[in-house]
Amino acid sequence: MTFLQSFDISIISDLAYIGASVLFIYGLKMLGSPITARNGNLLSASGMLLAVIITLLNQHILTYEYILLGMLLGAIVGASSAILVKMTSMPEMVAIFNGFGGLASLLVGSGEYLNGTDENSFTLFAIYLTLLIGGVTFTGSLIAYGKLSEIISGRPFIYKGQQVFNGLILIALIVAGLELIWFQGVLTENMFQTIFLLIFLAFIFGVLLVIPIGGADMPVVIALLNSYSGLAACAAGFVILNNVLIVAGALVGASGLILTNIMCKAMNRSLANVLFSGFGSVTSSNESSEEQGEVNPISSQDAYLILEAANSILIVPGYGMAVAQAQHAVRELGELLEANGAEVKYAIHPVAGRMPGHMNVLLAEANVSYDVLVEPEDVNPIMETVDACLVIGANDVVNPDAKDNEGSPIYGMPIIEVDRAKTVFVLKRSMASGFAGIQNPLFFKSNTRMLFGDAKQSVSEVISEFKS
Amino acid sequence: MESIILLLFVLVLSIFLGIELISKVPSTLHTPLMSGANAISGITLVGALLSSGSNDSLTITVLLGTAAVFFATINVVGGYLVTNRMLSMFKKK
Repeated sequence: MTFLQSFDISIISDLAYIGASVLFIYGLKMLGSPITARNGNLLSASGMLLAVIITLLNQHILTYEYILLGMLLGAIVGASSAILVKMTSMPEMVAIFNGFGGLASLLVGSGEYLNGTDENSFTLFAIYLTLLIGGVTFTGSLIAYGKLSEIISGRPFIYKGQQVFNGLILIALIVAGLELIWFQGVLTENMFQTIFLLIFLAFIFGVLLVIPIGGADMPVVIALLNSYSGLAACAAGFVILNNVLIVAGALVGASGLILTNIMCKAMNRSLANVLFSGFGSVTSSNESSEEQGEVNPISSQDAYLILEAANSILIVPGYGMAVAQAQHAVRELGELLEANGAEVKYAIHPVAGRMPGHMNVLLAEANVSYDVLVEPEDVNPIMETVDACLVIGANDVVNPDAKDNEGSPIYGMPIIEVDRAKTVFVLKRSMASGFAGIQNPLFFKSNTRMLFGDAKQSVSEVISEFKS
Repeated sequence: MESIILLLFVLVLSIFLGIELISKVPSTLHTPLMSGANAISGITLVGALLSSGSNDSLTITVLLGTAAVFFATINVVGGYLVTNRMLSMFKKK
C-alpha cells in the first residue's frame, strides 16, 4: 500500500511538471503579441506556481520552516523591488535578477555535491556545469549591474596580457573540473576545498568576462547573461534529474541566445568581437581630431517654427532620453504635433538604450501607443518624405559613417538614416563625442540643426512654444 | 543511464522549441520577454525547495538550499511582477 501511494505521488508530480512546462511554453508563445502578452505572463506564472506547489507536496521534503523563511524573505525583496523600480532602471534590475538566478542554481548544485553519496561522473559533470555557469552568471551580472547603474565606470576595462590571464583562468577552471569529476583528492584535501576552488575561479571568470565590455554594448551582455541563467537552471535540472528544470532552463537559454544574436546583427558585429574587443576603449586620438565643419545650433523658438510647419515627423530616441527622463515630455510633444495635423512616428533601433527593447518600454510607460513605434527597415525607405526628424539622445545608431565611411569602427552597422530627412534636429548636451568616442558627421550636415541642452529641458521649451 | 538520455532528448527538443517561439516575439516586447524569461529561469526554485527541506536538522545542504530558495524566490516573484507591470503599460490607442 505504501509502495502504491509513493508510486502514485511521483507519477502525479511528474505529470504536474509536464503541465508546468506546457504553461511556460504557451506563456512564451503569447508573449509574441502585445495584445496577449500580459495573459501569457500570467500563464507562465501559474506554471511556476504549479511546479512549486507540487514540489512542496514531495515526500522527500521533511521540514518546511527553512523553506518558508527563504520564500517569505525572497518574496518581500522581489516584490518590493518590482514595485519600486523606475522604468529607466529596468536594465539594472534585469541584470541583478539574472545574477540571483545564477546564484540560486550554483547553491543548489553545491548543496547536492556536499550532500553527495555515490554520485556518478555524469552527475558530477552536471554539478560542475551548474557551478561554472551559475558562478559566471552571478559575478558577471553584478559587474553588468555596476556598469549600468554607474557604480563602476561604464568604460571598457582593458589591461596588458588580458587574453593570457583569461586563458590561464580558463585552464584552471578545466583542471578544477577534472579534479571535481575524476581525480577527487589529487589537488584538494576534501570536498569543501574542491568546491570553494571551483566557485572562486568561476566568480573570477564572470568578472573577467564582463569588465572589458563597454556600457553601450550592455544590451548584448544582458541578453547573454539571461541565456546563462537559463542554462544554469538547465544544468541544475541534470543534477537533480528533473524535467521541468531542463525544459524551462532550455527555453530561457534559447531566448537569451536569440536576443544576443539579434543585438549582434543590429551592430553588424560578431559575438566574439563584442565580448573581447573592448569596443569604445580607444579615445579620440586618431581620427576624430580633424575638424568636420561647422555645426548649426538652433533655438527652441526656431525649432518650433519648423516643427509647426512639418507634416510628417519622426522621433528617434536613444539612451540620452532615458538618462534625461525625457520620455513623458517627448510623448507630450508628439501629441501636440499630432494635434497640429502632423503624422508622428517613433523609430527605434534594436540597440538603442541599454537593453533589448529599452526604448519601447520607456515610451509605453509614457503612454505612447505601440503601433506608432517602427523599426529602421520600415522607415529608411521612406526617409525622404519625412519633414523633420527629432534625434533625442541617440548618436551611434544615426551615424551616417556606418554606411559611408569604411574606416569607421561602426562601418556596416544598420542605422536609422535620418540624414536623408528634410530637416534633422539633434538634441544633445554638448558636442562631446558619443560613448564609443566616434565622431558623428550627421552633426555637421547642412540639413542638421543642433538643439543643445538637457533633452527634457529642450523638449519642454518647444512644448511651451506650442502652447503660447 | 536511460533516463539521462531521455532528459538529453528533452533538452534538445526544448532548445529548438525555444528558438521557434522566441523568434516570433516582436522587438517592442524584448524587454518584457527578457524579464519574463528571467522569471522562468527561477524554476531552479524547485531544486532549491528539495534541498532546503531535505533534512530536519540544519545540514550544509539545508543551509545552501535555503539560501537558494531566497534568491530563486526573488527571481520568480520580482521577475513576474515587474514583467506584468511593464506589459500593463503597452497600450494601443
